[in-house]
Amino acid sequence: MNAVHATSADAQHAQEEGLRAELAHKFLYYMSLMREVEDRIERKLYRQGKVVGGVYVGRGQEAIPVGSALCAEPEDVMLPSHRDMAVFFIRGVSARRVLAQYMGRVDGLTRGRDGNMHMGDMKAGVVSIISALAATVPVAAGVALALRYQGKNGVAFSYFGDGATSRGDWHEGVNLATVQKLPVVFICNNNQYAYSTPLHMQMACANVADRGAAYNMPSEIVDGNDVFAVYEATRRAAAHARAGLGPYMLECKTFRMTGHSAHDAAHYVPKEMFEEWGKLDPIVRLEQRMLEESWAKRDDLDAAQAAVKAEVDDAVAFADRSPWPDPATLLENVYQNE
Amino acid sequence: MPSTTYLEAIREGLWEEMERDPNVFCIGEDIAEYGGAFKVTAGFLERFGTRRVVDTPISEAAIAGAAIGAGLMGLRPVAEMQFADFISCGFDQLVNFAAKCRYRWNAPVPIVVRAPSGGGIHGGPFHSQNPEMWFVRTPGLKVVCPATAYDAKGLIKAAIRDNDPVIFFEHKGLYRRIKDELPEEDYTVPIGKAKVVREGRDLSIVTYGAMVWTALEVADRLAAEEGASVEVVDLRTLMPLDRDTVCASARKTGKVLLVHEDTRTGGMAGELAATINEGAFEYLDGPILRVTAPDTPIPFSPPLEEAFLPNADKVLDKARWLYRY
Repeated sequence: MNAVHATSADAQHAQEEGLRAELAHKFLYYMSLMREVEDRIERKLYRQGKVVGGVYVGRGQEAIPVGSALCAEPEDVMLPSHRDMAVFFIRGVSARRVLAQYMGRVDGLTRGRDGNMHMGDMKAGVVSIISALAATVPVAAGVALALRYQGKNGVAFSYFGDGATSRGDWHEGVNLATVQKLPVVFICNNNQYAYSTPLHMQMACANVADRGAAYNMPSEIVDGNDVFAVYEATRRAAAHARAGLGPYMLECKTFRMTGHSAHDAAHYVPKEMFEEWGKLDPIVRLEQRMLEESWAKRDDLDAAQAAVKAEVDDAVAFADRSPWPDPATLLENVYQNE
Repeated sequence: MPSTTYLEAIREGLWEEMERDPNVFCIGEDIAEYGGAFKVTAGFLERFGTRRVVDTPISEAAIAGAAIGAGLMGLRPVAEMQFADFISCGFDQLVNFAAKCRYRWNAPVPIVVRAPSGGGIHGGPFHSQNPEMWFVRTPGLKVVCPATAYDAKGLIKAAIRDNDPVIFFEHKGLYRRIKDELPEEDYTVPIGKAKVVREGRDLSIVTYGAMVWTALEVADRLAAEEGASVEVVDLRTLMPLDRDTVCASARKTGKVLLVHEDTRTGGMAGELAATINEGAFEYLDGPILRVTAPDTPIPFSPPLEEAFLPNADKVLDKARWLYRY
């Protein structure tokens, strides 16, 4: 190898390192924002009575929405689950509007018509969650069908949990998508519990990814608490789908570090599992890697966390000021022009 | 101009909308090469290709869900349920998602779900039902039940152009039984508008679907028998319900007989009776009566099915009693 080549290889390496560092900072921002918003909702606003109804958080699972959604191209369409809040942030929906949504105010994406993560915005390319999550899978197939129909090179990102894969409509949607070779990336956050039901009571196979073989669908198991692993796997999956080769499934193994919802103390989960998985916290792991790789200093990380807290303080204040919906609007928008 | 059957009218309407708007496409079971169980889409594959005539696995939930997903993306899918009875397999998608999208997150779902419904064809309990009320009581869905070939074509076109989800019930018993002379030019029939299909002074029969023809027969017979002047109102759309036309007819004749092929409890007649009480009570000269199928599954064997279905004799008995009241 001559000197010129060596220099250009070094430069390329340095450039790649720079990009990875930049990516790591992005990961950290979105994961921390999701953690902070959800902590604020679950541990403050819900207890203060400012958020009512159901609260479901993705604590410990942030690497999955962040690592995957940051792979998406602008024309891709996201169908997140209720543990994927960061998908909204990455798609440009602000923490202000998400908090207003949780507080039932007019600035929420549903203007008070629905709560928590039950929201969407087609202008941001995010389809609303359907509460019974498996139902989004056939919808994702339809979105992908439309992308292809419209001659776009987009991909549908279809998110769900392990429990959703037990439902008939999950299988119908996956089957239609594979038969039609539709551009869908299926992303399972296998957090090992569906409400109180553990995985072994949910399915007889060891992995959600095992289900892929029945549909002739490539499926891989990913460390769902390693945001770089999720990112790399999603890039492979999206490239496959975008190339017209059909759907691709990622099973991101993770753990639900809370109950099903804020009212569930999760007494049925062995304490050791929380301890074991607590050591694998995806944000802590990312920060450690950033320090080891010299992508950041401790001060940088602390400053980043402080900035996120300030952003969420502002968002909470905004949501608190946002008006309640007017009961006179109750009948509006059931049908067009009414 | 040759006469067009109810089935051909739907087919023509669908075809013309696909020619008119490249965003319209069909999705369902056995609709492409086979042309659909009732041949409504026969010839579509040859004209429009597999891109716009999408055969699916046997998956009503996937058909409904995929139609909704494509609708959210700005397309105008027309999904076919092979029989209306099977729509229950896609029920969750329609009532929990499609119906609520506009209200919840301001996302229009401009889809049409075609559902061949109705008895009288010896289809038995799984191929003869009239499940319209499952959807009528789901705010956000529109429910259409044409009785004539003219309305079937005009309403399928209106449904495809509508920006809300429409469940389009087509009565199997009418498919090849009735005909109309249809206009050459493009036309639609407005969703949400009932039609007085026969003017009368003494008694109103309010009905929809195949029972419109039964009501018209009864009107003729009661006129011949008793010299009665019977008005017949064809609802055409069940949701949004044209309460004004129903109440106007009740105020005009003062006597109302409600008829539907669907079963009795929770059927459309109950809602219509309440509507008339609210809007025309002081004009009534007799009780609001109804003729419906009984609260049983639809039986298969001809004598049982005949006993189950409302017919002209059953409707005439009630109409005569009410006329004489």
